[in-house]
Amino acid sequence: MSDKLADWTTGAEAIVYQSCAGCGAQQYFRRSFCAVCGAADPVEKRASGAGTVYATSLVCRAATPETRAHLPYNIVLVDTSEGFRMMAHGDNDLAIGDQVTARYRQFAGRLVPYFEKVK
Amino acid sequence: MSFITGVGLTSYGKHEGSSSLDLMSKAAELAIADAGLKRSEIDGVLCGYSTVSPHIMLATVFAEHFGIRPSYAHAVQVGGATGLAMTMLAHHLVDAGVAKHVLVVGGENRLTGQSRDASIQALAQVGHPDYEVTLGPTIPAYYGLVASRYMHEYCVTQQDLADFAVLMRKAALAHPGAQFHEPISIADVMASKPVAMPLKLLDCCPVSDGGAAFVISREPTSEAGVRVRGCAQAHTHQHVTAAPALNDLGAEIAIAKAKAASGVAISDVRYAAVYDSFTITLAMLLEDLGLAKRGEAAARVRAGYFDRDGEMPLNTHGGLLSYGHCGVGGAMAHLVETHLQMTGRAGNRQVRDASIALLHGDGGVLSSHISMFLERVR
Repeated sequence: MSDKLADWTTGAEAIVYQSCAGCGAQQYFRRSFCAVCGAADPVEKRASGAGTVYATSLVCRAATPETRAHLPYNIVLVDTSEGFRMMAHGDNDLAIGDQVTARYRQFAGRLVPYFEKVK
Repeated sequence: MSFITGVGLTSYGKHEGSSSLDLMSKAAELAIADAGLKRSEIDGVLCGYSTVSPHIMLATVFAEHFGIRPSYAHAVQVGGATGLAMTMLAHHLVDAGVAKHVLVVGGENRLTGQSRDASIQALAQVGHPDYEVTLGPTIPAYYGLVASRYMHEYCVTQQDLADFAVLMRKAALAHPGAQFHEPISIADVMASKPVAMPLKLLDCCPVSDGGAAFVISREPTSEAGVRVRGCAQAHTHQHVTAAPALNDLGAEIAIAKAKAASGVAISDVRYAAVYDSFTITLAMLLEDLGLAKRGEAAARVRAGYFDRDGEMPLNTHGGLLSYGHCGVGGAMAHLVETHLQMTGRAGNRQVRDASIALLHGDGGVLSSHISMFLERVR
C-alpha cells in the first residue's frame, strides 16, 4: 500500500486522488485497489486544485442547525484538470463551464474545498 | 409467467398514530382481498424498508405482525426503485416455482413518524459519507446538480420543469387518496420557495405517510389478468460524483434490456408510470425511455400528450409529486394505479386503453433503474 496523503476529508488543505500504475485510470474516492482494472495500490497524488464547473446547485433548505447557519451555499461538481470529478462548495454565482481553482473554508465544523472563479 | 393478481393502496398524506407496520398491513390486506385470496395462501413475502423504523429483518417482523408464515421472505433495498425491484424478483420467484403467491409490500409513517429534517437527513445519506455528505448536500441538491447539467445540455428551462409539477397536480385532483387537492399553476411553481436550485418546493415530491401492496401469482385469480411481460435493471453508480455522462445513464440501458426481454416496443405502450421524485427526474426519464425526444418532454406535456385523454397517459394518480411519497410505497402507487387502469377500475380517471403499460423506477441519484412492461391478457 502506497503512502496515504492527508486531504480535506481528514482536515488538511489538499485534494488527493489516486492514479493506477497499471491501467492509468484516475479515481477520487480512496480505495486500496483500482476500480477499473482491480490492480492493487493505486498511487496517491495531490491535485492542483484547477478545474471546470460541471454542475451547480444552490442549497436553500438544509436539515441540521450546523448546515442551516451557512445558507445559502453552493454545492458544485468540478471536473479537475487531472481528470476526475469531485463535489465541493463554490461561489454562489458560479456557472457551468467556469474555470475555477480550489480554496478551503470551514463548513459545519469541518474544512471543505471551496472553488472560486479564475479571474 | 407471472400475474399481478391484486393491488392495495392507502391514501397518502398524514396517518397520525399509524406505524410503518400498520400501513403495510392495511395495504397488504387490501391487496390480498383484491386478489380474492386468503392470507394463508400467501407463501412469499417481499417488503422494503422503513427509515422511521429500521430493522435488519423487516419481512419476518411484518409476517409475524400480519399473522402469516411464508416459506420465502426477506426485505429488498434499492431506494426509490425498491417497489419495482421487488416486483421483478416476485415475477422470477413465481416463474421459477419458488412460491405461488408473493405479497410485495411497502409502507412508512415517514411524515408523522419523524420530523421533516430527520427525513431529509436520512435520505441525504445515499451520498458518499466522506466525499459528499460532509458538504451538507440534500437529496434535492443531488438532483439539483443533475438538473443544472441537464438543463444546460438540452436547453431545458425552469418553466419547462414546472409543467411536470402542474401535470402531476392536475392528475392528483381526480384521486381522493392524493396528498394534495389544490390546483397549482406554472406561476405557483416558479414562486415556490427555493430548495436546491434550480429545484423549488413544488419541483419536489412531499414526505408522506402511506402504504402500498401487490400480490404476484403464478396464475391469474380472476378474469382480468395483468401479466408481467418483461423487465430489466441497470446500476451504473451510487454517488452523483461517480455518475456517468447524461447520455449514458441507467434508464436507457434498463429500457433497452426490458424491450429485448419482452419483445415490446415503445410504440406498443399505451400507459406510462414513471418515477417522479422531482420534476427533473420525470423530464429526464421520459426522454431516456424514449417517450419524448431529448429536451422535448415539456413540450409534449404542454401539448397534452401525457394527459389522461392524451396519447400516453402518465401517472394518472398524481405521481410522487402530488399523490405523495412515503418511501418504498411511493412508487408502488404507480403500479397500483397502472393495475387499476389496465383492469378498467380507475373510475373517473379511467383512460381509453391501458392494454400495455411501461413502468420505470429509479433509486439513489439516477443510480439504480428498473424498467418493466405489463400486459393485459384476456
